[in-house]
Amino acid sequence: MTGRRPSPGSLALITGALVVLGLIVVLPLIMVFHEAFRLGAGAYIAALKEPDAWAAMHLTMLVAAIAVPLNAVFGLAAAWAIAKFEFRGRSLLITLIDLPFSISPVVSGLVWVLLFGANGWFGPLLQDLGIRVIFNITGVVLATVLVTLPFVARELIPLMEQQGADEETAAITLGAGPWTTFFRVTLPNVKWGLLYGVLLCNARAMGEFGAVSVVSGHIRGLTNTLPLHVEILYNEYDFVGAFAVATVLAGLALVTLGLKSALEWRHAGELAASRRH
Amino acid sequence: MSRALSLAVAAKARKPWRKDSVLPGFPLALGITLTWLSLIFLLPLSALLLRPWELGLSGFWTVVTDPRVIAALRISFGAAALAATINAGLGLLIAWVLSRYAFPGRRFVDALVDLPFALPTAVAGIALTAIYAPNGPLGAPLAELGIRIAYTPLGILLALIFVGLPFVVRTVQPVLEDLDREVEEAARTLGATPRQTAWRVVLPALAPALLTGVGLAFARAAGEYGSVIFIAGNMPLRSEIAPLLIVIKLEQFDYAGAAAVGLAMLALSFTGLLLLNSLQGALARRGRA
Amino acid sequence: MTMTLNRRAALIGGLASAGALAACAPRTGAAGAGALLNVSYDPTREFYRDYNALFAQLQPDLAGGVRVEQSHGGSGKQARSVVDGLEADVVTLALAADIDELAKRGLIASDWASRLPDNSAPYTSTIVFLVRKGNPKAIQGWDDLIRPGVEVITPNPKTSGGARWNYLAAWGHALKQSGGDAAVAKSFVRAMFQRVPVLDTGARGSTTTFAQRGIGDVLLAWENEAFLAMHELGAGGLDIVVPATSILAEPPVAVVDAIVARHGTRPLAEAYLEGLYTPEAQDLAARHHFRPRRAEVAARYSDKFVQLQMTTIADFGGWAVAQAEHFADGAVFDQIYQPQ
Repeated sequence: MTGRRPSPGSLALITGALVVLGLIVVLPLIMVFHEAFRLGAGAYIAALKEPDAWAAMHLTMLVAAIAVPLNAVFGLAAAWAIAKFEFRGRSLLITLIDLPFSISPVVSGLVWVLLFGANGWFGPLLQDLGIRVIFNITGVVLATVLVTLPFVARELIPLMEQQGADEETAAITLGAGPWTTFFRVTLPNVKWGLLYGVLLCNARAMGEFGAVSVVSGHIRGLTNTLPLHVEILYNEYDFVGAFAVATVLAGLALVTLGLKSALEWRHAGELAASRRH
Repeated sequence: MSRALSLAVAAKARKPWRKDSVLPGFPLALGITLTWLSLIFLLPLSALLLRPWELGLSGFWTVVTDPRVIAALRISFGAAALAATINAGLGLLIAWVLSRYAFPGRRFVDALVDLPFALPTAVAGIALTAIYAPNGPLGAPLAELGIRIAYTPLGILLALIFVGLPFVVRTVQPVLEDLDREVEEAARTLGATPRQTAWRVVLPALAPALLTGVGLAFARAAGEYGSVIFIAGNMPLRSEIAPLLIVIKLEQFDYAGAAAVGLAMLALSFTGLLLLNSLQGALARRGRA
Repeated sequence: MTMTLNRRAALIGGLASAGALAACAPRTGAAGAGALLNVSYDPTREFYRDYNALFAQLQPDLAGGVRVEQSHGGSGKQARSVVDGLEADVVTLALAADIDELAKRGLIASDWASRLPDNSAPYTSTIVFLVRKGNPKAIQGWDDLIRPGVEVITPNPKTSGGARWNYLAAWGHALKQSGGDAAVAKSFVRAMFQRVPVLDTGARGSTTTFAQRGIGDVLLAWENEAFLAMHELGAGGLDIVVPATSILAEPPVAVVDAIVARHGTRPLAEAYLEGLYTPEAQDLAARHHFRPRRAEVAARYSDKFVQLQMTTIADFGGWAVAQAEHFADGAVFDQIYQPQ
């Protein structure tokens, strides 16, 4: 993981990378925090203690807690099928899994309206049954699941492909059961990739705006997620409030990613060993 | 010599997979994959695929060949392709630095890379606009130099670079870390210059991952809406993106027209991704052979 | 190895319990006795927040009080959400065309506009100009907007109800100037939109672009939004200019018949909208910068709301005609942006 002492050439590379990240990623982050604290810590805390902000926070966590595990199971299954087996249509399947990345968030919301909206395919049926799907938490979850569908799979497929199937083959040949092989051989080998995928999926699930915006109905305190609440506050000219809520999202992301780094660091030795097998 | 080396690298990095009948779980794994993919993606997708034909073939054609739709598609996909290309360079640089050098704060920087995934796109758009608007902290000095970023197509490019950057870094980085240092060191010991090592040993091994990352960054950027509408200026024919046209059509209750533009975008993305994935597959197979 | 697995399990467990906690959040759905959902457009947020509190006081006989849930967004988008199944008991939108769309789909009786006084628009507004402090470009009327060197900010009429009022106000002015020549009006509106450097999707987006980002010389805005922007964002940097002629913008309200029938909320929903015409509510509207309908309330605010000549939507043949002639796909507004 860690490298040699940087030479002058590598110092230039490091500087270049830092400048790029600084201009593209760090500056907007600083802007968000700067605006959030423009009127001082008091205004910042007041904005976060507001009940609608709390409701949005609850909803966002609930949606992520449903969407992420579902997509994690999907990701593991898809990576197992794709990385450990050769089959016809494999390339097409990978492309299909990637495709939700490329669908405009607007469309990712729209499709659920086309299906479950009052004038959608299943709209009249659902109405007769008294079931509401869109403009409801269900709709928000569906849109989020669609948008975050590829994250775990996309993280695991290249990793598992590179690791090959030798270890599993050996385990099976030596008489290990399929689940034992999966839990004792495969899962430990991909745990960092999986954790990574889960964290990214989680971060994206919490931050999704466009798709959720189409299906949420924007009912204050009920179907507003954190990103939608940011938009509402921004549209109310409450810039401090909007950016304060945005810092929560940025903070959540930084904390989870920090956690990942800490875990990696603690188990660096073990990790290196597993890489060098 | 170096060709033999790269083959050795490939052989070590991608062990050939042969015994297809020994491993269990293929039906279950593929079953879960296809079921979930169908429910969450293919079923909604079919709604999108079937809706535009309400207009008839000629109606669909009229919608997608409207000069404004074509201009918007060109802007969305052109800017996405350019942003992905730029991200290939920037992402490779960042991934290289993060996996090869130790410097203070490296872990923090590493965590920052994922921020564009996590920050709501609307927030990113607002923040970028505030920074690069003519009265913003960077926009003001740039405006004095005669460079305008916010409210021009350059603004779109900036927002798309922002959303796509982590895709490249995160697909390249693990491969770069997994790539055996010993092989590189062997190459160096055998007399290869650092540049030769990079071009002949590292880059070929990285190419599939880099292509994947670029493909994802491209696909993600082509459909991006939230961050772009704040910074683009949204002028028809000049800085109006395709997803905005979808929104505009929806505002007129023109579901079929909106779905038609959505379908056109999807077809373009799918073609682009399929090409990249096949290219990547071919590279991987060549590497494995 | 086992240890790390346990750690990961703990992490996922933590995530799940966070979810379970969130699931226990006390909020419930909008439907039910004593609860209404008001689906409205962007600039009414502050007004309805206060009016909902006032309405609760006006209904002392309802045990447990009334809770009105609010949803705000672009007017067209909100109407579409209701069409797609958002269960609004009442809609309070930016223009009648959006409510007509609901009527067209059978959600609201087609005579909705005549069910309440004043075309079912309990408050009105008009379109005014917001300029930089001291009015450096000396913008006084519509003709100044197409002078060389003037940059105009307006949202996109395709996505913003307010922008459609902007557009029609400009059209109405040019039509009047030319003695009714539609070709002149068309070239005036074209010239005006050629001076627009940024087309935001909504009124509030445009206001932010103008006031916060410093783009443009003049913002076309709802009068109520102009006052609010002066109050919230101006900080001494902006002035309002009222042109000699403009348009009477009538944001209408209606009970959504199909939904109140299902929810059993018709009496409450009707009381909610009728309450908007009470002196207290009219005064509240005036304080939130909407022009009140009641003469005695309007008289109290005559200093605030400058009298001016106003065309009405009826001069354009009603929204159905205006929509088809100006804003539909390929209509006049789209022609402005066709490649030459």
